[in-house]
Amino acid sequence: MPAEATAAPLLETRSLTKEFRGFRAVSEVSLRVAEGTIHALVGPNGAGKTTLFNLLTGFLAPSSGQILFGGDDITGKQPEQIAHLGIARSFQITSLFDQMSLVDHLELALASPTGMGYRFWRSNAQLRRFRDRAMELLDEVGLGDRAGQAAGSLAYGQKRALELALALALDPRLLLLDEPTAGMGLEDVDRTIALVKKVAAGRTVVFVDHNMHVVGSLADTVTVLQSGQVLAEGTYEQVRNDERVITAYLGQAGDAHV
Amino acid sequence: MSQQLTQKVDVELPAQSVIPRARPALRWLMLAVGLVVVLALPWFVYPPVAMDIAAWALFAISVDLLLGYTGLLSFGHAAFWGASAYSTGLIAIKLGMPFPVAVVGGAVVAMLLAIPTGYLAVRRTGIYFAMVTLAFAQMLYFLANMWGDVTGGENGLQGIPKAFFGVELVETDAFYFYYAAIPIILIGVFIAWRIVNSPFGRVLVAIRDNPARARALGYDVERYKIMVFVLSAGLAGLAGGVFSISHGFASLQELVWTTSGKVVLVTVLGGIGTLWGGPIGAAVVVLLEDRLASSGFNGIGIITGTIFIVIVLAFRHGIWGTARNGLTSWLNRRRIKTGQRL
Ligand SMILES: Nc1ncnc2c1ncn2[C@@H]1O[C@H](COP(=O)(O)OP(=O)(O)OP(=O)(O)O)[C@@H](O)[C@H]1O
Ligand SMILES: [Mg+2]
Repeated sequence: MPAEATAAPLLETRSLTKEFRGFRAVSEVSLRVAEGTIHALVGPNGAGKTTLFNLLTGFLAPSSGQILFGGDDITGKQPEQIAHLGIARSFQITSLFDQMSLVDHLELALASPTGMGYRFWRSNAQLRRFRDRAMELLDEVGLGDRAGQAAGSLAYGQKRALELALALALDPRLLLLDEPTAGMGLEDVDRTIALVKKVAAGRTVVFVDHNMHVVGSLADTVTVLQSGQVLAEGTYEQVRNDERVITAYLGQAGDAHV
Repeated sequence: MSQQLTQKVDVELPAQSVIPRARPALRWLMLAVGLVVVLALPWFVYPPVAMDIAAWALFAISVDLLLGYTGLLSFGHAAFWGASAYSTGLIAIKLGMPFPVAVVGGAVVAMLLAIPTGYLAVRRTGIYFAMVTLAFAQMLYFLANMWGDVTGGENGLQGIPKAFFGVELVETDAFYFYYAAIPIILIGVFIAWRIVNSPFGRVLVAIRDNPARARALGYDVERYKIMVFVLSAGLAGLAGGVFSISHGFASLQELVWTTSGKVVLVTVLGGIGTLWGGPIGAAVVVLLEDRLASSGFNGIGIITGTIFIVIVLAFRHGIWGTARNGLTSWLNRRRIKTGQRL
């Protein structure tokens, strides 16, 4: 496993900081994510994990610090620009188009890089050219038999799976997953782990999860955040034996899952 | 290109989408009925009033493109309707162009004006978007009022000709004029239909329902909003141009904020998010106003306002939305009864 590659990292943050009216949700975070690795971001509620994702994807502008992707400074870019650069994300709080069918979701995602969305003079039957790939992706996340259903009618765990499929549809170099298994049953958790492993081939993944089973099974590197700061970093084994981490996080919430 | 598309095998979609849409056969039937009504209208309704209904129908559709399909409430759409009413009139008067050319010219002016407005407005959402559009419309209103040499100020722009390639019947008789002008309205409706059922339309609905998600998928939400704003202004422009040609004058009434309010009322009354809503709302409001005006009644605003409030409170989806939902559930119940699959 190319855990600590010596090559330049695919994603790097330099003293990344986000303040909300003086409150530091993310504080001086310097992160290096090597290309081709799976990187877990863990930490108690309110540690700043989602805020960090929002900074990385342009949904929030950092108060200070820098974000580098593939060596380029992408600080201050807009979400849609970042998506086109090859960073796709899923949302912790499921964020879908409730009235749209699943297959329409995937077609929309697949059409995004082609610029087809601007064609107001063409029939939307054009989007059908993406249907085969859309169905493949839905099958991959186990939603193939619900393709025509509206997203709003899905169960919570299924919505999580659709989130994942949407991010995958963008075929990103860097995949950011915010709690991909939250609210899933054991079986779905295991399928998601297998799926993330599979899609991680040839990409880099950063994910947030409270489930230590998921973290342990997937992560090459784990970064522990607390109060917006990096508390520890290393392999799963290293991190879970780190005393500061045990007191801060695993000791209270995590042990049950380990 | 389309050849290649049609050859692709359609994947069978197992579960039924919950999005209520009429079946194709029913849609064609509705379209046929709609066309017959449009073509027969001046036989039953005083032709200039029929023309007003058609123009307001397209105007309402242009507003619905923003309100129903993109989730943007423009409270200044009179700007585009009115700007085109004046521009169309000026082109017809000063250049002596046939009226369809003048109307297209007016629509182009409306679209050009919509570019800076849209650019400023789409940075805001909700009530702030409405405020920016309203402010812009008010500015145009004052400009038109001040610039009396060109616009005729308080008197309006008088004597707009209906030049139509020397066909005298069209140029003098409102009944024939209706048939010469209705293709412009129908083309406008067709453009709206095309937009709504295009890949672009799909993105608009996505933006309406969840802009953050659309951005995460790589869609430049602001750019889409500017585009639909400009397209919508063009349709409002076509409508306003036809309206001013039909009346033979353009007045400040076309730019005043109550006109912006009225078109929103018409749209919501008919039902938003459906292309049928605008025409139905327009027919109701224009006919009602015409009846009340000809009976010499002065409180038109009170009556239409009351009806508006009652309908919106009682039927949240407007006249057409309510009728359609009722029809779909009735059809579904029937299909269950007759043992057909839903
Ligand atoms: N837009 C905002 N405005 C103000 N405070 C915010 C905002 N977003 C997040 N915060 C605060 O920043 C802190 C970090 O929140 P964040 O959502 O990043 O935590 P998290 O690590 O993702 O937690 P969880 O595990 O519960 O998802 C919290 O205290 C939160 O209240
Ligand atoms: Mg979070």
